[in-house]
Amino acid sequence: MQATTHTAPHVGDHKPHHEEPGFWSKYIFSTDHKIIGIQYGVTALAFLLFGFCLMLCMRWQIAHPNQVVPLVGPLLDKFLEDGKGGIMTANLYNSFGAMHGTIMVFLAIVPLAFAAFGNYVVPLQIGAPDMAFPRVNMASYQFYVLGGIVMFVSFFIPGGAAQAGWTSYSPLATSIATHGQAFWLIGMVCLINSSLLGAVNFIATIIQLRAPGMTWMRLPFFVWAQFVTAFLLLLAFPPLEAAGVMQLADNLLGTSFFLPTGLAVGGKLADISGGGSPLLWQHLFWFLGHPEVYVLILPGMGIVAEVIANNTRKPLWGYKSLVYSVLAIGFLSFIVWAHHMYLTGMGTKISAFFQTTTMIISIPSVIILTCLFISLWGGSIRFNTPMLFALAFLPMFGIGGLTGLPLGFAAADLHLHDTYYVIAHFHYVVAPGTIFALFAGIYYWFPKMTGRMMNEFWGKVHFWGSFIFMNVVFQPMFFQGMQGMIRRMADGGLNYTSALHPETIGGLSQTMMSLHTVILWGAVGLGLCQIPFIINVFASMKSGRKITSDNPWNATTLEWQTPTPPPHGNFEHAPTIHRDPYDYSVPGAAQDFTPQNQAKP
Amino acid sequence: MDIPYTVQTRPDTGIYNAKVGVWLFLASEVMLFGALFSSYILLRVGAATGTWPHGLLNIPIGTFNTAVLITSSVTVVLSWASLKLGNFGRYKLYQAITLLCALGFLGIKSYEYREKFSHYEVWLKTPVIVKHGTEEIKVDRLLGHIEHDGHHPFFWTTQTLTDKKVASFKLLPDPVHYTMTSKEMAHARAEAAGKPHEEIEIKSADVKRLSAFVPGHSTYFAVYFTLTALHALHVLCGAAVIFYIWGPGAKMWQTDPERYINRVEISGLFWHFVDLVWIFLFPVLYLL
Ligand code: HEM
Ligand SMILES: [Cu+2]
Repeated sequence: MQATTHTAPHVGDHKPHHEEPGFWSKYIFSTDHKIIGIQYGVTALAFLLFGFCLMLCMRWQIAHPNQVVPLVGPLLDKFLEDGKGGIMTANLYNSFGAMHGTIMVFLAIVPLAFAAFGNYVVPLQIGAPDMAFPRVNMASYQFYVLGGIVMFVSFFIPGGAAQAGWTSYSPLATSIATHGQAFWLIGMVCLINSSLLGAVNFIATIIQLRAPGMTWMRLPFFVWAQFVTAFLLLLAFPPLEAAGVMQLADNLLGTSFFLPTGLAVGGKLADISGGGSPLLWQHLFWFLGHPEVYVLILPGMGIVAEVIANNTRKPLWGYKSLVYSVLAIGFLSFIVWAHHMYLTGMGTKISAFFQTTTMIISIPSVIILTCLFISLWGGSIRFNTPMLFALAFLPMFGIGGLTGLPLGFAAADLHLHDTYYVIAHFHYVVAPGTIFALFAGIYYWFPKMTGRMMNEFWGKVHFWGSFIFMNVVFQPMFFQGMQGMIRRMADGGLNYTSALHPETIGGLSQTMMSLHTVILWGAVGLGLCQIPFIINVFASMKSGRKITSDNPWNATTLEWQTPTPPPHGNFEHAPTIHRDPYDYSVPGAAQDFTPQNQAKP
Repeated sequence: MDIPYTVQTRPDTGIYNAKVGVWLFLASEVMLFGALFSSYILLRVGAATGTWPHGLLNIPIGTFNTAVLITSSVTVVLSWASLKLGNFGRYKLYQAITLLCALGFLGIKSYEYREKFSHYEVWLKTPVIVKHGTEEIKVDRLLGHIEHDGHHPFFWTTQTLTDKKVASFKLLPDPVHYTMTSKEMAHARAEAAGKPHEEIEIKSADVKRLSAFVPGHSTYFAVYFTLTALHALHVLCGAAVIFYIWGPGAKMWQTDPERYINRVEISGLFWHFVDLVWIFLFPVLYLL
């Protein structure tokens, strides 16, 4: 049967093959990749919102130091030890900063980009009935929830959450006498286990469960991106797990893995053996940390590629270059990590090496971006909401990536390291970059998950608002950073405090200082723009326009050749694949798209 | 639709799902232990001269334990092979030996741990004089066992002396210290053999630092305990899985023998990895 002939009567009326499972086994302890994907998605979106709120409090503190935080002040006062009076104390600022980073990276973006979209879409796109190990998949989600709970609970323990930044540098992370760091480390071990289980599952699924005819070069680019991402997680996370265990031992057992000889805490010589190496922590952390940034971006690139191909009605330009580039990024991302450490005094020879590899890795990144740009050339573009987000991704990621180059040169990084320039750099890549890609993915695959379209008008409101305010928030940070505004400081750092006292020299200019207010209200605006999105999701789930075909975007890839929403086991008939992933506008074809499972005439 | 290739191999990749899974998992394990080994190298290379302990572990016991683990690796293969040949009884027997070896290994390891927890190093503020064969020498760092109130305490630290208000304690010093070379150590051991221990009374006020051979003693013991404990955890988990397949899960041999053999193979792969890790751990921690 030809898949595209599914029409309205099929939608939603599909009976599962097996007897109906109960509520608990269907929604909570599900082993179905689609349910697990949605579970991941919902949890991760909740964390995304939570992490965003932490950041709003911090921006308030920078714009209006030591004034009661509006709205949430009473909550801070009531629930958090360090939030007495509803003010962002230095301790609270530090833990919010550390947890903002941790939550955004490990509990929001990675679970959303890799686990949620990967789980939902990858098995469908390769024509598989499920993931290779459904129960491992469930365990992966449960580890993730456990890690999330540990992280969340740590806010409310005496002393509050971890305060040593998302990078948790030793000896700072061990010298702070509260238990937040121990919670952080235990939470991280759970999250790492979750990622490892997920990564094994994804790779095994893609290797083993591709439908007949789905050769490697017929995989949709999204699958390739997830494949490489899974390898990054698989191989880069264990060293951080090892490091986490060692730091936990430093904190709880009194070892000195990362604590140097002669370490004094609070003016007193610490009662430890010493002999450890703070640099060792940084190496182990960034050995994960850099591949992790590609974990954050590659799934986003994959989503954007799918959406662009679909909405330009053209095959992706340079599919093979895209695939080889993403593989090259995978390999190279393991040998660039120390570009985060130029200022540690690890030596100029080492710096030179990592500077070189960093420049090399930007080549495949640029190739990917270029291919995606050229893919637009000559297409008859449909400007729907997913496409708008995907299009915005391109220049935003471009800005983020290009501003990384000065950071990659040790000489320029001396000036820029630990300033707001770095903040702006990586937020351009992850916020208007990856997060926009994720929004594109949500708007794009929503009809497959629910059988209904999301509202286009509110989608566009969401897009334009987010696009404008993202730039209002992050653009000024480049300039502040170049003037020497230091990141991570509860009091804003030296140049900031100097600017508050006009008699001292060397402070930030008044223009730069006034930008703090701009950023604050930009962030608030950004938050408000998410309200239409949240309402749109729930309202469309209930009363969005019902789709009349299983393939509302007229797409070629396999996930659209299933009933809607796909039943347990996904496909009514095991699909066979006959062609490349993006056979759009094939000359002589009946329609402007030819699904992958359609036999050659 | 059922998930394909759970038992049969996929023609173009030539492998079944779980085997892909376990190889991937082992790759991540290599990175995990690799990171710890790298840390070991970095810490050791960075250690100040004379501070990296050596010769403190019990080599005969370690060697014996290595043999125990290697035996288990052999029996794992034999049991799998027996099963392939359809000899279920043989499989049961060999795998029982594997499990015994695993337990034996863990038992011996616990004994070694226990030894360490009551073995001490004392750093003194002022040197004391100890008998060394016939000559007397001045030292400010001593290894040995502590006696206090007729007990040999575990886990004492410098802090314990204040907390328990210990004014002084007895030390039964070892004849050697790791600042000696291996040659000197052997010599000192030979000289001290058979002679009664000479106890020294040490005043707590003279103690700069006191630590049992626990992770906090030095980066060496920190690495030692982390690596071996993580390895022991792997032995424990591996043994638990093998036990499950061997005992409660053995019904599958009747219902789905092919899948059962796969399970045995997978657990065996993991077991070999665990052994392999030990083959690296043993020389690195005990001999070097
Ligand atoms: C494509 C070329 C890229 C280059 C050359 C590059 C270079 C760098 C360098 C050298 C730093 C360290 C700056 C410093 O601390 O002084 C850095 C920081 C960072 N980059 Fe990139 N980057 C690139 C792409 C990306 C991508 C794709 C992402 C994520 C999606 C990313 C995320 C980050 C993050 C999160 C940090 C900050 C980590 C921290 O210190 O907390 N970068 N980048
Ligand atoms: Cu990096």
